[in-house]
Amino acid sequence: MPSKLYPDAAAALAGVTFDGMTIMSGGFGLCGIPEKLIAALKASGVTGITAISNNAGVDGFGLGLLLETRQIARMISSYVGENKEFERQYLAGELQLEFNPQGTLAERIRAGGAGIPGFYTKTGVGTLVAEGKEHKDFGGETYIMETGLVADLAIVKAWKADPYGNLVYRKTARNFNPMMATAGKVTIAEVEELVGPGELDPDHIHTPGIFVQRLIVGTDYEKRIEQRTVRQREQI
Amino acid sequence: MAWNRDQQAARAAQELQDGFYVNLGIGMPTLVANFIAPGVDVTLQSENGMLGMGPFPYEDEIDADLINAGKQTITQLDRSSYFSSAESFAMIRGGHVDLSILGAMEVAENGDLANWMIPGKMVKGMGGAMDLVAGVKRIIVLMEHNSKSGEAKFKTACTLPLTGKGVVDMVISDLAVLARPAKGEAFRLVELAPGVTLDELRVRTEGAFLA
Repeated sequence: MPSKLYPDAAAALAGVTFDGMTIMSGGFGLCGIPEKLIAALKASGVTGITAISNNAGVDGFGLGLLLETRQIARMISSYVGENKEFERQYLAGELQLEFNPQGTLAERIRAGGAGIPGFYTKTGVGTLVAEGKEHKDFGGETYIMETGLVADLAIVKAWKADPYGNLVYRKTARNFNPMMATAGKVTIAEVEELVGPGELDPDHIHTPGIFVQRLIVGTDYEKRIEQRTVRQREQI
Repeated sequence: MAWNRDQQAARAAQELQDGFYVNLGIGMPTLVANFIAPGVDVTLQSENGMLGMGPFPYEDEIDADLINAGKQTITQLDRSSYFSSAESFAMIRGGHVDLSILGAMEVAENGDLANWMIPGKMVKGMGGAMDLVAGVKRIIVLMEHNSKSGEAKFKTACTLPLTGKGVVDMVISDLAVLARPAKGEAFRLVELAPGVTLDELRVRTEGAFLA
């Protein structure tokens, strides 16, 4: 098997980026985002991006970096509340935005990656989300049709990988990453740790290596926290 | 004397039954976790991919890879499991979650819910709210009875874009509990907050309910 391992994010992106491309980017808020690949996309200068991501990062971090440089033309997201630059560009008409219910977004990506072009869901029936979509009744209930999503490139963040591209995620940093890994024409995974062949228990692999074409190991992960909530220890 | 936010949350906690899987929305619904009765064992679902959500961490336990849907740092429990967003919403949309408690801008007398968008203002997105109301077995709304400008939030019909049609089962406001035995039926008054009269409730409510 040719090596999937690239020396860094810029090398992994070489030859796969082009203006006007569609990119899926994993993460929920700033948790489990591909920090290194986003930074390298910024440096690559690729523009006119349609970004499919649950959120839009914050000012100065995550996809916020690509908004600042106007590299993103359109976003498909479920919630974007944490980003002033996003709001400014959107209100100025500089950025197109398509809201999807979070479960519909997740399922569209899962379906796209599984070769399923469309599916029916109750989510959004009777709301703005249903406008212009096919309605169909099953067992007396109304559903709307949603389409599967694929991307030219999926960038995902995992905790560990082996050289075959098998991935393991950590805690709630998993979120959208596993589905996105399946839905990229090219999927690049960045991980905190590369382990040797056989070191991942095959029963515990979250993303099988067939979905991952390129792999990089990142260092010095920033892992910014949006809401640092704590409790106090009882004083004895 | 109406209920305060903690008292509203405590009232909502009475709706939790032993063994329930529950999703709590952001804001006031989060407070419900503080009032779960002893002997009632519920498992909290967080739609970003966790079942069995624990309390906030001590300072030295904070883990950036462990957050809830409000992006707050949390902890895991003995029972916890992690999963992808697709599997999380399979739980929600597949009808496996017993109860969701959400906030609202407006609820209509037919159970319509609006809680995600005010036209003309910056829209942040619906997140998982539309999936929750479409798929979770029972939907309870925790809200102020009237808006800051004094308008009734339980209305004849919603004026804001909907999150879901006919989806609300119970409303717990600072004044009263309104509920209906099944979707499609009328709301009826279940309980008044201490010191609140039926006349006062009627004056401050626009939508119809049975008393």
